[in-house]
Amino acid sequence: MDRKVALAICFVFGVVMFIQYFSGSSLARQVNQSILEYWQIVFAFTLVVGIVGVVRTNVQRINKRDDVFFRIVTLAGIIIMPVVALIWGIKADTPFMWMFENIQAPMQATVFALLAFFVASASFRGFRARSVQATVLLVSASIILLSRSALGGILADEIPQFAEWMRNYPSMSARRAILIGIGLGSITTSLRVILGIERTWLGGRR
Amino acid sequence: MPDNKALSGGLVKKNNFLLIVGAGGAHVGRMLLNLALIIAASTAWFDMDRLPTLIASVIAIGIVAYAVLRHKHGRKFRMREIAGLSALDNAVGRATEMARPVLYTPGWGGDIQRPTTIASMNVLSHVAARTAQYNCDLVYPTHDPVIMAVAQEVVREAYADAGYVERFKSDNITYVTSSQFGYAAAVDGMISRVKPASIFLLGTFEAESLILAETGNSIGAIQIAGTDSTIQLSFFIVACDYTLIGEELFAASGYLSQDESILASVQAQDIMKVVIAVFLVVATIAATLTATGLVDLGEWWMF
Repeated sequence: MDRKVALAICFVFGVVMFIQYFSGSSLARQVNQSILEYWQIVFAFTLVVGIVGVVRTNVQRINKRDDVFFRIVTLAGIIIMPVVALIWGIKADTPFMWMFENIQAPMQATVFALLAFFVASASFRGFRARSVQATVLLVSASIILLSRSALGGILADEIPQFAEWMRNYPSMSARRAILIGIGLGSITTSLRVILGIERTWLGGRR
Repeated sequence: MPDNKALSGGLVKKNNFLLIVGAGGAHVGRMLLNLALIIAASTAWFDMDRLPTLIASVIAIGIVAYAVLRHKHGRKFRMREIAGLSALDNAVGRATEMARPVLYTPGWGGDIQRPTTIASMNVLSHVAARTAQYNCDLVYPTHDPVIMAVAQEVVREAYADAGYVERFKSDNITYVTSSQFGYAAAVDGMISRVKPASIFLLGTFEAESLILAETGNSIGAIQIAGTDSTIQLSFFIVACDYTLIGEELFAASGYLSQDESILASVQAQDIMKVVIAVFLVVATIAATLTATGLVDLGEWWMF
C-alpha cells in the first residue's frame, strides 16, 4: 500500500512539474516555487539525519579504536564550526570566517591541487600506444598539447589550426553523440519513474 | 400488430434524448470553444518559446508508449552485451574472495532529482543484492543526505529480498560532507584505509572523478565507472577498468533486471535516436541548400 502511495505521489508531481514547465502563468511559477520550497524542507530534515549518522558512526568507531585521530578531527570540525558561528556569527572578521579562510579553504585547495598529479599519472598510462586506438589518442593528445604551448606555433603555423579543427569537428561530434545518448537516457529514465515502470528507487524488487 | 402509441412514445423519447444530447454537446462545445479562446487570448497560459520542447517531449512520450505497448503484444528483443555491466558480479565476487569490501559512490555532482542518480540507484540495488548473497561489506559514502536516505532504503530492501537482512549495516551508507573536495578527501581516505577490492563510481561526477579513480587505481581495485559528464568520462576511460559511456548507465536497469517493460523503454531510446538522425540529415541538407542559394528552405530546423 505504501508503495502505491509513493508511486501515485511520484506520478502526480511528475505530471504537474512537466505541465508547469510549459506554462508562463504566475500560477505555474507559484506551483514550481512551492514544490522547490518543500524540497528544501525535506533536504533540511535529511541533513539532520545525515549529521546524526556521521556523529554516531564516528563515536562508535572511536570506541572500537578504529582510526581514532581522523575521527576526532571530524567530530571536532562538526562541533566547533557551528558553535563558533552561533556565538560570533559568520560575517567577515569573525572566528568562523577566519577558520573557513585559513583551515577549510586551504585544505580544499590542497585536495584540488592533487588533480594535477593525477592527470599526469593517468595520462602516462592512457597514452601508451598499445593498440591502434591508443596510438590515435596519443597522437591527438600530442598535437593538442603542442598547440597549447608556444612550441606548437613556432614549429608550424598549421599545428594550432589543426588542433582547433580536431577540437571543433571530430572531438565535438563524438561529444555531441554521447550527449544525445545521455539526453535520451535521461528522458526515458524520467518517464519510467513517473509512469511507475521503474520502481527500484523505492527499494526492493521492481 | 405493433402498438402505435408505444411506438410513437418511443420515438418521442428517442427524439427528446437526441435533443438533450445535442443541446448538451453544443453546450460542452461552446464551453470548450470559450476555454480555447480564453487560453488563446491569455498567452501566459502557454509559453510559446517552449513549443519545440513540448513537441519533442510529446514525440518522446509517444515513442516510449509505442515501444511498451508493442512489447505487450509479444514483440521480444535483446540488448547487446555491455562489458561494464557484465563485470558487476565478477567485481563483487573478487571482493568476496579477497575478504575486502566493495565501495560504491554516486559522485558529488548530482542530487536525487537527477536521472543519473536514479540510474545509479538501480545498479546499486543489483550490487547490494550480490553483496548480500556473498556476505561482502558494501560501503556507500555520499555528499547528499537525501541520497543517503534513499540508498539506505534501496540497500536494505535488496538485502531483505536476497534473504539476508541481518547482514545489512546502515552505518556503511554514510553522508560525509556536502563540500566537493571535503567529499573527495573523505572518500579518498576510505579508499586508502579500507582498501576495497572493487570500486563503483556511478553517478554524476565533477572534478573529484579523477582524484577518486586514480586513488582506486593506486590500490589495485577493479573499478567500474559511469557518468553523464562527457568531460569526466575521458578521465574514467583512462583510469578505470570498465566505463559505462553515456546512455549505457541509463540502460543498466533493464540490462540487469531483464524486465521487459524497462527493456522496451530502452528500445524506445534507439527509435528516438533514429528519429534524431533522420532529422539531422534532413536539416543538414536543407541548411546546405539554403546556404548555397539554390533554394530557400528557411530555418525551420533551427529551434
